[in-house]
Amino acid sequence: MKRIFISGFALLAFFQLKAQNVSKDTTNYETRKLKVEEVNLVSSYYTQNGDNSAVTGGIGSEHLTDIANTIDVKLVKYGQTGIRHTFDIEAGIDHYTSASSDMIDLSANSSASSSDVRFYPSLSYLRENIDKGRSFGAGVSSSSEFDYQSFGANLSFSQKTKDRNGEFTAKFQTFIDQLKLIEPIELRTYGHEGYDTANRNTFVGTLSYSQVINKELQIMLVGDVISQNGYLSLPFHRVYFADGSVHQEKMPDTRLKIPLGIRASYFLGDNLILRAYYRYYTDDWGINSHTADLEIPVKLTQAFSLSPFYRYYTQSGTKYFKPYREHTSADEYYTSNYDLSKFNSGFFGMGMKFTPPEGVFGVKHWNTLELRYGHYTRTTNMVSDIVSLNIKFR
Amino acid sequence: MKKPNQKRLFFAYGIALSTMLFASCTPVKEYQKGKINDSEMVLSNRKIEKTELSFQSYREGASGANSGKSGGGCGCN
Repeated sequence: MKRIFISGFALLAFFQLKAQNVSKDTTNYETRKLKVEEVNLVSSYYTQNGDNSAVTGGIGSEHLTDIANTIDVKLVKYGQTGIRHTFDIEAGIDHYTSASSDMIDLSANSSASSSDVRFYPSLSYLRENIDKGRSFGAGVSSSSEFDYQSFGANLSFSQKTKDRNGEFTAKFQTFIDQLKLIEPIELRTYGHEGYDTANRNTFVGTLSYSQVINKELQIMLVGDVISQNGYLSLPFHRVYFADGSVHQEKMPDTRLKIPLGIRASYFLGDNLILRAYYRYYTDDWGINSHTADLEIPVKLTQAFSLSPFYRYYTQSGTKYFKPYREHTSADEYYTSNYDLSKFNSGFFGMGMKFTPPEGVFGVKHWNTLELRYGHYTRTTNMVSDIVSLNIKFR
Repeated sequence: MKKPNQKRLFFAYGIALSTMLFASCTPVKEYQKGKINDSEMVLSNRKIEKTELSFQSYREGASGANSGKSGGGCGCN
């Protein structure tokens, strides 16, 4: 918590200097110069505990902490023909410590894999024809950590209906990943320098349609088709067979996922909003799941709101999962990763948002201060907590 | 009697509900969208939910259909 505030305010101090130079447009004049529209700083601290680590074959500590910091800068420019160009530059850095990764080497008290840093920059561009209600977007992203490299690209198209109350969006994303094949220490072949690598590719097609139903209600339907191929196991996940032998996790090299979701936002009265979300998910590894989420922002004053939320999630386990020492050599694929087992989970917490018209603490361009805490429990006895802070300048 | 397939029944309910919602649409002019355009009414995830969505996609078998993470990055731990 303390670290979040320190990192958040350090970034704040840095960007306050930048924000001083950004003039706010209050006259509807559309500038043709590239200008900073919004800067978001988001910091999170996440911690989890459990006793079913996949690294140790479904037993052992799942303790993990993660500190994430991201900065997101949105730049806008209007073209001569009234086209709005939006550039979004984002960079994130995570530092995590993981008790389970430390157990890749069972004899090490604290091995090199006990902590790591992930860096993930991205860049996106959106071209909006405001008169026609049409937009095209494109973006690239990457994610780097010691044993994993990912490169992503995406394209999107949106079209509003004639009455501007509906919008259709199509998006395509791809992620080309490469991972180092770090084996559990007892399964390594000695005399072999370095690590072999393997590829993992993900292709995502998304269709969504949003519609304003009336002055208080709007909904969105969204569906993805996600196809993955390549090395979809994790090389340092152990599986202990019934005969006591130890193996690397082995999963199929393709996976097809189909999630379908519906969102609704309803303004109830003058101060209360209901934000609801439901998702049905199915894949060809045998996982079916339902997710239901309800958040109720309450506007206590014009500048201050509280948002309690609750999320319920349930999934059937993959057909390839069995706990510690229950797999046998007759199994073609095997994992003891409890993230893929049958379970239910609940996630609840509260958000707080402060958006005073004169700026947060009187700082003119400091538009929003938002804090959110959530507690997660899973029926496999895993618990986690997350606290996030968002500072927005406009 | 044959038990109805739960998935089909579920989708039938979903389609019926969506049809009813879309059928009840009333035209809303731009100047009437004060509530619809409120920042809390947004139909996508907010910036502050980014890490939550990442850990949910790592800790659960399902992902996608929520503007969140559907690929890229390991989540190995």
